[in-house]
Amino acid sequence: MRKVVVWSLLLLLAIFLAAPFVWMVLVSLQPAKAPIPNYDQLIPADPQWQNYRLVIFNPFVPMGRFFWNSIVVATGVVLGQLLFCSMCAYGIARIRFRGANALFFTFLASMMFAGVVTQIPVYLMMRELRWLDTFAALIVPGLSSAFNVFLLRQFMVGIPYELDEASQIDGASHFGIYWRVILPLCKPALATVAAFTFFAVWTDFFWPLLATNSMRMRTLEVGLSVFKNSYGATNWPLQMAAATVTLIPVIAAFLWAQKWFVRGIQMSGLK
Amino acid sequence: MKKQITGWLFALPATIHLLLFALLPIGYAAYLAVYKINLLQADWQYVGLGNFREIFGEGGFPNALLNSTIYTLASVPLGVIVALAVAVLVTQQIKGIEVFRTIFYLPAVCGQVAIAMIWIYIFLPKKGMINAVLGAFGLPDGTDFLGQPGWAMAALVFMSIWTGLGPRMILFVSGLLNIPSSLLEAAEIDGATPFQRFWRITLPLVAPTTYFVAVTSMIGAMQIFTPVYMMTRGGPEGSTDVVGYHIYSAAWERFRIGEASAMSFILFAAILALSALPFRNMTRQTGGMYG
Repeated sequence: MRKVVVWSLLLLLAIFLAAPFVWMVLVSLQPAKAPIPNYDQLIPADPQWQNYRLVIFNPFVPMGRFFWNSIVVATGVVLGQLLFCSMCAYGIARIRFRGANALFFTFLASMMFAGVVTQIPVYLMMRELRWLDTFAALIVPGLSSAFNVFLLRQFMVGIPYELDEASQIDGASHFGIYWRVILPLCKPALATVAAFTFFAVWTDFFWPLLATNSMRMRTLEVGLSVFKNSYGATNWPLQMAAATVTLIPVIAAFLWAQKWFVRGIQMSGLK
Repeated sequence: MKKQITGWLFALPATIHLLLFALLPIGYAAYLAVYKINLLQADWQYVGLGNFREIFGEGGFPNALLNSTIYTLASVPLGVIVALAVAVLVTQQIKGIEVFRTIFYLPAVCGQVAIAMIWIYIFLPKKGMINAVLGAFGLPDGTDFLGQPGWAMAALVFMSIWTGLGPRMILFVSGLLNIPSSLLEAAEIDGATPFQRFWRITLPLVAPTTYFVAVTSMIGAMQIFTPVYMMTRGGPEGSTDVVGYHIYSAAWERFRIGEASAMSFILFAAILALSALPFRNMTRQTGGMYG
């Protein structure tokens, strides 16, 4: 009895969660520019797969270029954060120099400001540097993150300090310990940081919207909104095909990286 | 001595980044907030607290603050309750439950632009998914959810339950799995009903998670931008003009940089008030520009 209730609730929920995606795919296969179909004609008699070709190879809205931009930006930010955040975390957690705690506290405090107050000043800085509409404006402001310094520091504090001492007796430098002892032990945390950051950057809309203005430099999220604006309410099938095209790689990547991703969310709830 | 230098060298890149992209911009924003600025003509005029007086003197910003408050007070309790209920469901001992957890998480990884495009369609009158379902049951199916002032905010709240479910659910799942099963078993032996067990044992023990989820959700809700930008542009009749969108349009559509900076400080104060409650529980933000 209880099993039946649980199963029915789960299935109902799954329908609620999945229905918009199914709806999206069904609409994307309708004839372009056709009037909006009634729900009973939603399953296309003649699926228009060329809608996808029209979206991907659209001469006015270069989806391929958007996709490439998103890959470059997300990869650049992830690599930068892996290096800079782990170095900083190592300094704070394992060297424990004078001022390390004050620095750590400053990182924590800065997290509350993120995004809200800094967006306009950072935009003006990028403008002064003439970096707007370049990869530099999309990548450099994201190269380090207080949250990931925090996360990696928490992880590194949990590694036994005898390891460092033993390596020091063997004559290892701090860089050697960082690179050959601590980083390999941090692999799970680093994987989490990478997965988490990659998705956050990939789906970020606000900053690339501000920092870019040419078609050549738009990321996929902003590019998709451009696509929506240029095909307005008149062409639902193409809009839904575009949405599908952008979601497939994200969902595939999520299914692949799920483990690290979910762990990242759980870690954010830890003290 | 060498230890001090080595330590700072390791921390240097991240610290410089923090200075340039967090601390310095905060100071710069405070400076911008006391000027009237015309970006195009490079014309700066000192006005002191004039911007703050002005944004509270005209109706737009107070209306946006009110809308953000309504959105937050509606979407967070609903989202938290739904997420807790779903978490209880997906922690049942059932084979293949991970598949459901994955499905329930999916909307959270999708870009908000694509999500917004799908939901615009879902909310359409007559032929959108919701109205089609209503019509199939013989109910009125002509509501333009995003086009009517009384409905647009409710539509955004409804959508946020769907989009926000994943991360909240996962946090509750780990909170629930941390409850010692011996406690629940003992209560069962003592004859407690499932409802009593949930109300007296599960709910109090999961309270720290609830608190964390509620606070981070409120911080997120206060900053909502993308769905509004994509779906309603603050309309109809300003009914969904939330603070995040209002600041954006003040700065980048009306080019009132000084006023927008002043608004961002008010929003920051509201967020600070919320997050100062549990300082040690930091937000889920990744920080930097990708917050």
